[in-house]
Amino acid sequence: MSSLSDFDAPEGDRYRKIEKETTNDLAISINDLSITYRTNFQRTPTLAQAIRHFGRGERVIREVEAVKNVSFDVHHGTVLGLIGHNGAGKSTLLKAIAGILPPSEGEISVHGKVSTLLSLGVGFNSNLSGYENIRLSGLASGKSRAEVEAKMPEIADFAELGDFMEMPIRTYSSGMMSRLAFSAAVHMDPDILLIDEALSAGDARFKVKANKKMHELMSSARTMLLVSHALTAITDMCDDAIWLDHGRFMKRGNPQEVVDAYLEHVKVGKTSEVLEDL
Amino acid sequence: MGSDKKRVVSPEFSRYTSKKSGLPPVRGYLKDVWRRREFAQELASSTLRAQQSTTFFGQLWLVINPLLLATVYYVLVIILSGGKNKGAEYFTHLLAGLFAFYFVAGCMSGGASSVTSAGKLVMNQAFPRLLLPIAAVMVAIRRFVPTMVVYLIISIALSRPFSFVQLLVIPSFILLIIFGVGLAALFATMQVYFRDVASLLPYISRIWLYVSPILYYADQIPAAFAAAMPFNPLYGLMGIWTETLSQGELPRASLWINAVAWTVISICVGTYFFLRKEREFAVRL
Repeated sequence: MSSLSDFDAPEGDRYRKIEKETTNDLAISINDLSITYRTNFQRTPTLAQAIRHFGRGERVIREVEAVKNVSFDVHHGTVLGLIGHNGAGKSTLLKAIAGILPPSEGEISVHGKVSTLLSLGVGFNSNLSGYENIRLSGLASGKSRAEVEAKMPEIADFAELGDFMEMPIRTYSSGMMSRLAFSAAVHMDPDILLIDEALSAGDARFKVKANKKMHELMSSARTMLLVSHALTAITDMCDDAIWLDHGRFMKRGNPQEVVDAYLEHVKVGKTSEVLEDL
Repeated sequence: MGSDKKRVVSPEFSRYTSKKSGLPPVRGYLKDVWRRREFAQELASSTLRAQQSTTFFGQLWLVINPLLLATVYYVLVIILSGGKNKGAEYFTHLLAGLFAFYFVAGCMSGGASSVTSAGKLVMNQAFPRLLLPIAAVMVAIRRFVPTMVVYLIISIALSRPFSFVQLLVIPSFILLIIFGVGLAALFATMQVYFRDVASLLPYISRIWLYVSPILYYADQIPAAFAAAMPFNPLYGLMGIWTETLSQGELPRASLWINAVAWTVISICVGTYFFLRKEREFAVRL
């Protein structure tokens, strides 16, 4: 196990410690991964349009090369930050690790249960209540009904939704939605937690609470992958970071160094705006 | 520190590789579908709850709607046939056929929207997507059950005879369910790529109803059209269903063969297309 006992040690030391660990506690292993997908750039694809475009000999399907020949390993207990510009392939990479998007080339091995907190949130059917949505997404992720029910009070409690848990989620404010999503993801007992831009959940008070929960999870040696444009979140929380650029692997190492290299590359100074949100 | 930091990682292991054939390993896939059957059940229940909470009559509507339809068609057919098709026998034939047909139509329309309406779930969670059209078929089954109670009450009220042959409706309904899963999977896939398929569905199902032996008996079909009938996937399925249930007759072997053949074609073609394409769903929604 990689230990986080030296959590308070200087960044550099902490990173080196983890590098020294051996391979038998691999959480994620990514080998020469490329992801290319074909997508349709129309707002809503219809048969009528398809026939029209076919008649004109146009192609509306474009190929997106989101990730190109990326390889890396993540050990259990690591909190890995992923940084890069918009469209660098960070979210695609997380989806691939979660098994949502298949690799076009290469291979991903994942050891342990994965829970995702992707920026889209939990609620998929706005006519169903918070409870029903959480139950469905828990069951979809492969949990038994009993396991999901056992977690429900904790999830509801942490999200602070009260009676709203019984209401259709179309009645929720956006803050309530993200609180629920965050709570559901962190309480599902994952070995590996994949988080995409979701740390801004709720108001200031909930943010503090969410942050505390994140540190709690980190200290129980969960593996986490964090995608964030808030660079301070990366340097604060992560003990390892990867920078992707146009789907390519650029640099890995101490979060501070990787962030510095990234900022150097995009040629913007270290102003507070940049660190908070880029 | 140390010991309290260590936690046992669950033995779960997943490997994702590129598949040139485009099909996931079928055995493992089906095992996974079975393992998560609770999800499909729960999805079906919540879909029904969400539908019923928005209508005034709620569950009662499930019974009123097919009954009204049956009455409309009964009157229509009496007029069109010049009074030839009428009476208790014809009415029960019509009811049996319409109820089963609306089950199939429910599989088709529910299946079509099953993947697109689960958008966020598909983009957030990795699970065998085939569970979505399966849940749509479960919804159709649950909407079908109350109509069978109505059928039973009416056929008792009209003192229609009962016989052991009627037990054959069980295998014939199982065929309809399997046929429905294939159909739901096929339309679910098409709907992801062409969002206007859903608006074509009412016309498809209307035409399908008229060309199937539901408003009339299979032996009333004019000779000129008889040769084309076996190519209607519902010809055999509806034939064995209404003959066993409402006539209490043992359907001829050719009808059974036709029904089984179209069931196999539907489930194979539907799931093949679905499994070929489901890995793309997350970027197409």
